[in-house]
Amino acid sequence: MRPVEIKKGVYWVGVVDWNIRTFHGNTYSTKRGTTYNSYLIIDEKVTLIDGVPGSFAGEQIGRIREIVPVEKIDYIVVNHIEPDHSGGLPELMKLCPKAKLFGTAKSKEGLARMYYTDWGLQAVKTGDKLNIGKRNLTFIEAPMIHWPDSMFTYCAEEELLLPNDAFGQHYATSERFDDETDQCALMDEAGKYYANILWPLGGMIARKIDEILKMNISIKMIAPSHGIIWRRDPMKIINSYISWTKNETRPKVVVIFETMWGSTDMMARKITEGLTDGGVEVKLFDITRSDRSEVNSQMLDAKCFVFGSSTHDNGMLSTMAGFLEFLNGLKPKGRIGAAFGSYGWAGGAVPALENFFKEAGIEQALPSIAVKYIPDENELKRCYEMGVELAKKITGKA
Amino acid sequence: MDKYRCTVCGYIYDPAIGDPTASISAGTPFDKLPDNWVCPECGAPKDMFEKV
Ligand SMILES: Cc1cc2nc3c(=O)[nH]c(=O)nc-3n(C[C@H](O)[C@H](O)[C@H](O)COP(=O)(O)O)c2cc1C
Ligand SMILES: [Fe+2]
Ligand SMILES: [Fe+2]
Repeated sequence: MRPVEIKKGVYWVGVVDWNIRTFHGNTYSTKRGTTYNSYLIIDEKVTLIDGVPGSFAGEQIGRIREIVPVEKIDYIVVNHIEPDHSGGLPELMKLCPKAKLFGTAKSKEGLARMYYTDWGLQAVKTGDKLNIGKRNLTFIEAPMIHWPDSMFTYCAEEELLLPNDAFGQHYATSERFDDETDQCALMDEAGKYYANILWPLGGMIARKIDEILKMNISIKMIAPSHGIIWRRDPMKIINSYISWTKNETRPKVVVIFETMWGSTDMMARKITEGLTDGGVEVKLFDITRSDRSEVNSQMLDAKCFVFGSSTHDNGMLSTMAGFLEFLNGLKPKGRIGAAFGSYGWAGGAVPALENFFKEAGIEQALPSIAVKYIPDENELKRCYEMGVELAKKITGKA
Repeated sequence: MDKYRCTVCGYIYDPAIGDPTASISAGTPFDKLPDNWVCPECGAPKDMFEKV
């Protein structure tokens, strides 16, 4: 694939990783693959912004060579040091050892720990400018969105924002721009990215967007480090982020359970029927067979979480527990919840689920339902009614 | 005892209050917080705090 000129003299020199299927270890499923976007600006100073993983360094270098000899790179801007963006640096730096690096103080510290090499990175702060000839780059620190070193770069002359991981999606495509691709897939992946990586950082993201909007800079294009470049409607993704940071929810319920012999499953299906008949949107997942990062996406706009587990050694089942550990880190706010499950002699799973709600600050909307072994007709009716009651509460008809 | 401000989100660590969310009791000075203590608001590490 040839480099793609995204603005006059500004080239995409990243790579498309079509077949990656999990990201951040096994925490994020990348069914549609991903891309590592890197951008080369040809000016008096040849400047490279963002990088690729080590395994793709050769491909990126090849793409740069189609435009200029790599040795000609003067400046490298390191917006984020995570290995998916910095892994290619050692190989690249061998070819252009004189290139000057720019990043935050935290990025300097982090790179030293990752590569045990001192490339003499110059630390920059919010508002610092770098003249590269006809163009100027302005740096905007974005600490903890999502790592301490994170930074955005803005080029006023091109009205171009390079926010690295923010506004990205794990989405491998032959197209590079928002107006060339399937909008449903694009927004689905953008939302999944937000739910799984950025959800707990909502407060900071809202403040950062506010800070950028107050700078009164013109943004005609947003070129993130993963996925599609926003050129037709950059405000579309900014506005989506603004609404996600508000934690807005819909009358929607996500029911998640784990079962050994099927009793908790029976209960889950009855609750789901009650919710459906109560007129709210519902999604039901057996967590042992579901993709956890897809489940998180479904939870982002759901008003209510219903969790079920049977009891195993006095507590809940371990896949459910692992999922809740993940969810807890995402800090879902302003939700209501309910718990259910089957047990044999003394129980333990339902109290553990109730404890999770308490610690996560999720308000328990109804008393839990715990049944001994297999639910009888009456107990299944209670499950159905739990669904109907929850639906009423969510739609405000209770 | 000195208060410390999170440079990322502005949260103030007040030793007189401690950090109940992390079971840090009142009266714990900032430099006695464990190394893995993070800002309860934004998760920033200790070295991103400054004295106020
Ligand atoms: C999504 C995400 C969240 C992270 N959260 C934290 C965190 O809260 N605190 C921390 O110290 N490190 C955090 N890290 C950094 C990792 O722990 C760090 O990169 C570590 O070196 C990874 O080790 P591994 O290669 O064995 O997985 C996070 C990394 C990612 C990708
Ligand atoms: Fe990242
Ligand atoms: Fe990334």
